[in-house]
This record gives sequence, C-alpha cells and structure tokens, in this order.
Amino acid sequence: MAEIIERLEMNHITKRFPGVLALDDVTMNLQKGEVLALLGENGAGKTTLMNILYGLYHQDEGNVLLNDKKIQVQGPLDALEYGIGMVHQHFMLVPNMTVLENIALGMYQRTRFKMDLEKVRKRVLEVADRYNLTVKPDAYIWQLSVGEQQRVELVKVLTLGANLLILDEPTAALTPQQTDALIDLLRQMITQDTSIIFISHKLNEVKAVSDRVAVLRNGGLVFEGATKDHSAEDLAEKMAGREISYPKTSKKEEYGRPILQIEKVVAEGDQGTDSLQGVSVEVRSGEIVGIAGVSGNGQRELADVINGIRPVKEGRIQLDGVDISNYNPQQIIDLGMGYIPEDRMHEGTIPSFTVRENLIMKDYRQEPLAKNFFLRKGQIDDHAASLIDSFKVKTPSMATSCASLSGGNIQKVILAREITRKPKALVAAYPIRGLDIGASEYVHSQLIQAREEGMAVLLISEELDELLDLCDRIAVMYEGKVLDVLPREECTKQELGLLMAGVSHGKE
Amino acid sequence: MEKNKADNYRYLAVSVIIVLASLLIALLLGAFLFLIAGANPFEAYGVMLTQPLDGLFGITEMLVRAAPLMLVGLGIAIAFRSGILNIGGEGQIMLGVIFGTAVGLALPEMPKIVLVPVIFLSAFIGGGIWAGIAGWMRAYLNVNEILSTVMLNYIAIQVYLYLLRGPLIDPKEVSYGTGVPQSAPLPEAAWLTRFIRGFRLHSGLVIAIVLAVIVFLFLWKTTVGYRMRAVGAEPKAATYSGMNVKRNLVLAMVLSGGFAGMAGAVEVLGVHHRALESISAGYGFSGIVVALFGGLHPLGIIPASAVFGLLIVGSDMMQRAVEVPASIILAIQGLIILAIVSSNIFLRNPKLRDRLFKLLGGGKEAKIDPEGGRA
Amino acid sequence: MILEIIIGVIISGIPLSASLLFASLGEMFSQRSGVFNLGTEGIMMLSAFVGFYVVYIIGSPVLGILAAMAIGGLMGMLMALVSVTFKAQQGISGIGLYMFGWGVSGTLFRVYVGGVTNIDGIGKVAIPVLMDIPVIGQILFNQNPMVYLAYLLVPVSGYVLFRTSWGLKVRAVGTTPQAADTLGVSVERIRYQCVTLGGMMSGLAGAYLSIGQAQMFADNLTAGRGFIAVALVYFGRWKPVGIMWGALLFSMAHALQRSIQVYGIDFPYEIAVATPYVLVILVLALTYKGRSLGPLALGKPYNREFRG
Repeated sequence: MAEIIERLEMNHITKRFPGVLALDDVTMNLQKGEVLALLGENGAGKTTLMNILYGLYHQDEGNVLLNDKKIQVQGPLDALEYGIGMVHQHFMLVPNMTVLENIALGMYQRTRFKMDLEKVRKRVLEVADRYNLTVKPDAYIWQLSVGEQQRVELVKVLTLGANLLILDEPTAALTPQQTDALIDLLRQMITQDTSIIFISHKLNEVKAVSDRVAVLRNGGLVFEGATKDHSAEDLAEKMAGREISYPKTSKKEEYGRPILQIEKVVAEGDQGTDSLQGVSVEVRSGEIVGIAGVSGNGQRELADVINGIRPVKEGRIQLDGVDISNYNPQQIIDLGMGYIPEDRMHEGTIPSFTVRENLIMKDYRQEPLAKNFFLRKGQIDDHAASLIDSFKVKTPSMATSCASLSGGNIQKVILAREITRKPKALVAAYPIRGLDIGASEYVHSQLIQAREEGMAVLLISEELDELLDLCDRIAVMYEGKVLDVLPREECTKQELGLLMAGVSHGKE
Repeated sequence: MEKNKADNYRYLAVSVIIVLASLLIALLLGAFLFLIAGANPFEAYGVMLTQPLDGLFGITEMLVRAAPLMLVGLGIAIAFRSGILNIGGEGQIMLGVIFGTAVGLALPEMPKIVLVPVIFLSAFIGGGIWAGIAGWMRAYLNVNEILSTVMLNYIAIQVYLYLLRGPLIDPKEVSYGTGVPQSAPLPEAAWLTRFIRGFRLHSGLVIAIVLAVIVFLFLWKTTVGYRMRAVGAEPKAATYSGMNVKRNLVLAMVLSGGFAGMAGAVEVLGVHHRALESISAGYGFSGIVVALFGGLHPLGIIPASAVFGLLIVGSDMMQRAVEVPASIILAIQGLIILAIVSSNIFLRNPKLRDRLFKLLGGGKEAKIDPEGGRA
Repeated sequence: MILEIIIGVIISGIPLSASLLFASLGEMFSQRSGVFNLGTEGIMMLSAFVGFYVVYIIGSPVLGILAAMAIGGLMGMLMALVSVTFKAQQGISGIGLYMFGWGVSGTLFRVYVGGVTNIDGIGKVAIPVLMDIPVIGQILFNQNPMVYLAYLLVPVSGYVLFRTSWGLKVRAVGTTPQAADTLGVSVERIRYQCVTLGGMMSGLAGAYLSIGQAQMFADNLTAGRGFIAVALVYFGRWKPVGIMWGALLFSMAHALQRSIQVYGIDFPYEIAVATPYVLVILVLALTYKGRSLGPLALGKPYNREFRG
C-alpha cells in the first residue's frame, strides 16, 4: 500500500515535444486534503504536466518530490505504487469487460496466471463503501451511463491504492446536477485523506470546488493563488492573457421562414436500438437554434440523419420545403446543407490531403473548379487562395497537409469551405471543442455572421455558456427526444440542467 | 513560391532516400540468405545486379519483364491509394489471359489495330470482374479483401489449369498426344511488334508507359481520381462530403484487376503468343513490391518496374552462375516489402525528416502552427 | 455406402484439421491482442521445411517439431517488430512475411534436398481398448499424437485467454489498449508475446504437415492453409471453441471433396481442388457481418499520444 501523500512538489518541470515547448519551468505544490485546480486553455500544458506526474511522459528537466523525497515516476505502475492515480478525460475502460475485470486489469501486474476475481470483488466493495460510491461489479461497461462509468473510474483508481487523484476535465460530460453531485463526492473524499488535482477549463466549477488554483498558459505557470480571492472573470483573463470579449447575439425582431424542419424523426443507433425516438425541432432563416444535452443522447445520430449519413426510420426532415429524409449525402449537400462535423480531423477534413485539396472537397465536381471531369488547377488555386485569405487560415502554403495545422486552423478550413458555399442551413457539432479561446471566438463570430446572412444554424454543444451566448432558442435532447425548446431569454442554467438530466416538468 | 518548390523537391528526396535505404537493408538481410544457401553473397549480388546490364539480351529481357510489372504495379497503386489492398494479382492476370486468349482465338481475321485493343479490353474485363468480386465483398459485406483476393488466386489457378487442359487446349496438343496444357497460338495479327530482331522486347512496354501517364492524370487531375484518393485517405470525411465510398471501393478494385488482366494480355501478345501454364510467373506479387517501391505513384512505378525487371532477370542469371535457386528473389522481395512498410515510421518521424531535410540544404521545415499548440 | 462416406469423411477430416487448428488458435491470440498476421502461410511453409529437414538429417521428430516452433517464433517476432515497433500496416507486412517464408522454404528445399523425399515422421498412435469401441473408437482414439495435442489446446487456450490475468491483459490490449496502458500494462510487450506465440503455433502447424501428416515436404504443402487459418479466426468469433468447429467444418469439406474423387464420381479434378477455397469465400461472405464483435483495436497500431 502506498504511503499517504502529505505533500507533493513538482519543481521546474520542462518538457519539449518536437517543435513545441510544452512546459516551461513549471513549479507547483500540493498539500494533503487540498483540491488544486489546474486551469488553462486547450494546449496550455495542463494534461502534459499531469501525464508527467502519472508517468506517461517523462520530464526533460525538473524533479518531483513526494513527502520531501525525490521520486522518478517511470510509468503508471510506479505512479499507483506511490499512491498517485489519474482519471482521464476519455474514460480508460474496456467496454466489453465487466467493472470487476476492468479493475482486475490493474491489480495483477506482477503475476501472469493467477487471477482471483472474488478477492478483487471484496476489495472493490470495501472501497466503494468507504467512499460512498455505488458500483455494480458485474455490469459490462457498455451497459453503464457516463456518470456510472466515471464512478467506476474513481473506484478503480481508489482500489488500486491512490490517495492523490488527478481528474482530467471530469465534468465535461456531465449535466449541471451531476456536476454538483460530483463536487459533493470530491468534498467527501477530501475528508478521507485524499488530495485532488482537478484539471479544467470551466471556471465556475473551478470556483466551486477548488481551494487553490494554478493557471497555465502556453506551457508556463502564470498565476497561482487561493481560489476564493479571485473572480471567474479574473481567472479567465489570466488564462487567455488578455481581455476577452465573448461574442453574443441578441434577440431579433423577425426571423425568416423555416428552413430546417425535423418532424418526429425516429432512427436507429449503432447498437441496434432507436437512438432517436421522435425528435422534432425547427430552425428558421437567420436563427441559431442550439441542441443542448449530455453527449450520447442522440445528438450524433441527429446530425447524421440530417446529413443523410443515417437512415430515417420514421418521421420527416425538410430543407426549405424539400423532403430530404433518406436522401444521400451528396443530394443533401447539393440542396444547400452545410456541416461542421464533430471530428475535425477525420470527418471534416482529410488530414493527409493539402489545404487546397480539402477546401474543394464539396465543390470539386462543379464549374468553375472542374470541367468535363478534369480539375482546373488555376481556378482551384485562386479559390483556395481567396478562402485562406478571407478566413485568415495560418498555413505555410496551400500545399501543406492539413495534418500539420493547429486545431483552430483546421476548423477555419472547414468553416471557410462550408460557409462560402452559402448553404441554406448549417449544422455545427461541438465546433469549439478542443480549441483555445482565440480560435473559439473566431468560430463564434463566423456562426454569428452566418446567422446575419440568413442561414439557419443548428448548433450542437455541451457548453451551456456557448449556447446561452449564441442561440436564439435552445432545445434540450434527452434519450433521443427533444424535451423542450425554449427561447434564450427564458433559459437558466438550472432549468437547462434539469432538462438535460431528463426532468421535464410534464412538458412534452 | 520559389522556396516552396525547392522544399517540395527536398521532401521528395527525403522519401526517396528512405525508400532506397530500405532496399539496401533488405539486400543486406538477403546476403545472409545467400550464405545459408551456400553461396558467396558478393558474387551472387554481383551477377544479379550487373550481369543483365552487360549486353543487349539482359537489357531487353529486363524491359520485357518491366511491362507486366508496371501494369500490375499501376493497378495496385490505384487500389492502395483508394484504400483497398489487392493481393489477387496472380489470379487476375490469369483471368485476363483467359478472356484475352478466348476472344483472340474466337475472332475472325482482323487488322492489328482492332484486334490488339479488343484483346486488351477483354483481358481488362476478365481481370476486372475477378477483382470486382473481392471489391464488392469488401464494400458491401465488409469482408477483408486480402483474404478474399488470396482465395480467389487459388481458385483462379485451378480454373486456369482446367481450361488449359480442357476447353482451351491447343487442338494440336490433343492430336499429337503431347497434352501440354497450353492454348493454340494466337493469330499473328495480334502479336505485339518486337523492336529488335532476335530479342523479345516488344511494344507492350510502350503501352504500359502510356498507361502509366494516363493513370497519373486520372488520379491527380480528374474529379473521379480525386474522389478515389479521398475515399482511400479518409473514408469518413469522404462520406461526409457526399462521396459514395462503397462504389468507389468497387471501382478501384475493378480498375486494379483490369490492369492486372492487361498485364496478362501483354504477356500473351508480346512474349508467348499463347496462353500457357505459369504465365503469371509471380508478377501478381512482384507487382506489389514494384508499387510500394515506386511510392504508389505512376512516375515512380516506371523506374521501379525496370529495377525489378533487372532483379528478376538477374536472379535467373545468378542461378546459373552460383547455383542458388532463383526463388530466393521471392524471399528478397518479401524482405523489401517488410523494409519499405517499416520505413514509414521513419518517414513520419519529424526528427529524422528534419535532419535529412537540413542535410539536403533545406531551411527550417514548416512546423506545426505555434498558435494554439498541437491540434 | 453413404454412411461409409460420412464416417470416412469424419475419420480423415479430424487429422486434416490439426494444422488448421494449431495455426488458427495461434492467430487467435495474435488477433485478440490487436495484430492480424497474414504471414501465417509463410511461417507454416518455412517451419514445415525446417521441421522436415531436421528429421531428414537428424532423424528425431521431436527435435524437428521444436525446430519448427523456434523458426515460427522467430518469424512471429519479426512480424511483431514490423507491426508493433515500426507500426507498419499489418495487411501488407503479412504479405511480405508470406513471400519471405515462401521464398526461403522453396530455395532451401531445392538447395539441400532437391527431390521428393520421405521421412519417418510421427504416425498414428492408437489408444488401446478405447480404440476398439465401434465407430467412435476409430475416429477418436486412433490418431496422430499431434492431433490429440491440437484438440487439447482448445480448452487450454480458452482457459488462458479467459481465466488468467495474462489473458485479461491480452483482451484489454486488443480492445482498448489505452485502458491497459494507463494501468501500466505494456501494450507492446503483450502484443509481442501474442504474435510470437502465434508464430510458434503456426510453426507447430507447419511441423504437423510435414512430419505428421504428409511425412515429406513439397512446394505446395501448405496450399493456403495459413490464410484459411486467419479466416477461421473470424469465423470462430475469436473464441477457441468456435475456431475448432470451423476447422472441423473446413477439413471435413476438404475430406469430402477428396473422397468424391476416390469414389469415382465424375467431377473435374481442378474444380474439386478449388472447392475448399470457394467454401472459405462463402463462409467469409456469410459470417463477416459480425465484425463489431471482434477485438476493437484489431489492425490499429497503438500510439500513446491520445487526443487529450
């Protein structure tokens, strides 16, 4: 069993990756029973720093002291032996194994054959009891909800002997109510001699749960202090290094005609059950309608049916009066649908193709870019140059492969391509996920511009702030249905949170 | 944009160097094989790599081999770039031979200008259908195309032998009682012109080179080619852009098999003038190595097929010189494949690429955008 | 007479299935850890030759088998080096390994042996008393000891894969390697172990062909069995028992095809030879839908840089 961690120090940590200085002389410390929040934009270095603590990466310079003794964490096995455990943002659970098997995976490092699941079960139930976490040891992971899976991750790491928990963006996939529940849970754990490092970019949660906060920006520690002494706005500025203006929209006098109409759509998910169970929502010209909800309630499937990637079993989808249910993607694109998909790198662009080739992905068959099956280089080059210029895509040249661009610039390529086609409707799925504040601001301003130009924008997002800033109306999805569509002025985070958790006050 | 052009050439040079390095490693490992087989590797390689170049016979034979290798290689490049692996070259060549020979023998007297293209087209169709089966199974049933094409190879051999011993056999073989499994000779009008008296070098090589240029234009300058490359590079993104992945996979396989079929036609019309056993001579597999060695690019496949033509002719000469069976070249080709696919990790390794890039005089390589960190 | 044929098919089908079973069980471990090895055919060819040659020179079948397994293991390690360490595309690497094994076995055979040569391999071993049970006795208790070994490996593999901690790690590595990695399990090491094990078992399969079944070596001894073994893993849904039924089904079809000729039923020889391969294609077409049940990480090299 690991000794209790009284004090942890990471001193002068520097880490280089090819071409990037990920961490630059970062020093921080933690006391037993503290909740330390590591705050920073995407790419600031927070996860890298914690990966070093957990042994997944090794620092180039600096040292780590545990209870005033220098330690070298070679890998996760070492980390766990020292009592350091990590719960990653994307859960590290094997879907077709049971909870017990997933935990056993970490318990038999030194042996090859012997495996006593009953002993593992005993330990798991002890830990669950001690920390007041409910788990079902024999359930398969794929059967569990996101919240339950997170509890499994916590039990796993505690069973393996951790008393310092590193939690990477733990509230990313939770509703506000679930987040509150998690925060209570964490508070309780502190009383059991556990220390917590909480990585987040969500300011209100950082304010709610942490005792101290350390802000990282571009690999350097820019600030450290007691949480209660600083406001959320203050911390946000420290994260970005400048004053941030969040683009917002305001209510319009009039909206145009309905452009995208989704009526009682039923569709099957990948597991064979119906992921969409009668979804209805409408987007008018010049409007941004948001789809709020915890990931996994049918949002992906909704985006799929709208774009022709998934069949519609029942119901109807109309684009400006044309019934497009079960049309193929090409037909839907031709009728004026734009799509900014969830996965920039594999759904929105072809990483190995050049920027130029990616920019023509939807228009390559039409004049003037092509004539009689032949691509016209001159026209394509001009088109690409003008898009790169007007959207300020930072790329060494149009012949650079998309894989070398940063996330923000890849999103710009996608935006450039989709928006300049002047579609009638635009579906944007989690468009600012993984982007820094600067890139996020840009994406938002483009969506607002699209709204100004009369496009009907459907914005799927998990970030309530984003939805409240941009949307005219917000629809909440839960278990394949839209529970309610509210005008922005009538929404509070509390209300939205309840809807996201399925509590609908009898409204249908 | 001047700097960019020079940088692009430097990138190309980096890739070429890494591929050549893999060839070298494979040859080195092959040297051990020669030792085990009881021969002196230096002597063996010496003969293999230089003797063919020593005279008109060697050079023309090398180019004779290059034609079918190029065609198979082109087909494989089309398939690989479209995201589907065609290992069925052997069988597709045979089907091409079957269709081409049957048509050639069945047609009445016709001028060469009509007969040759018709036979090539028939061979294309034969190979295309055979590959199409595997392509369809992959696209619509999600069956691993390597397994299906390999099985189709085994089936093709049997079908081919059955036909050569039965329906397609040369009537003369039957009447003389010799029973050699080969077809009747094709009419002279179908024979490809030979360039030099006394040697087998024929116009099939020119046809292959022309087709190579066509494939280049097809893949990079047309809308269909763009679509096939997109589907091969990132099928999800292609789907989201409206491209029909399944149809393109089948098309890619059909084209790939068609090219292999045409390789069969080239062997029949240019070299043997009839269908016989072992006509494919392993080109179905060597074509894979040629494609990889040529960087899956037509302009690289042209020289690559000459190189492998050299190796194949050289290994025959080596067998006579040092008495190691020519089949050792198959093992070396396997090593070359392993070396080339392993070298990819070095191509993707930024540190090594940077160092080679600088060695060739390039400035700082275009790095990841500093704004916003890693994607 | 039909009954005779059926019993004959079963009796000869069982030994025919042994090489498939060895290779396929080995490939199962490899694939369960996430690597599919299409070089199995090449491994079988080379180890069949090595096993044969050792018996030819030294005369000890046991040493021959061990040598074959050693070669298989080495070739497995080569595959692991290329696909795990160098993260190369597994399909093509497998074909490269196949060509290598094919080329080396053909070359060394011609250099060192030359013609058709028989060896004294391992023959059938009858279990006394049990063998005399009518019908079943001949089928089950009068087989080559290697055949008994192959069938014994079915429950053993099942136990190892599902009841040991190593098997748990293998399954995790093949499904969600990052989950195993973050718990300190070395994804690379597990994959090396599995691919090498797969190679060793393919070596055993090759040894069976040359030492147990045919008792000689020839160019086309394996005739695509290595590829069929890979297909059987999908057919058997990555489980030992499923693979066993697949191997039996296959080999009985093969035996049936052979006996059709023996019984003089008029059928072109070549078409009959092609039947097993057609069967594989049909089987692949009909069972492939269940791909989602397989190891999720199959075919994908693992890189620690997760999107985080």
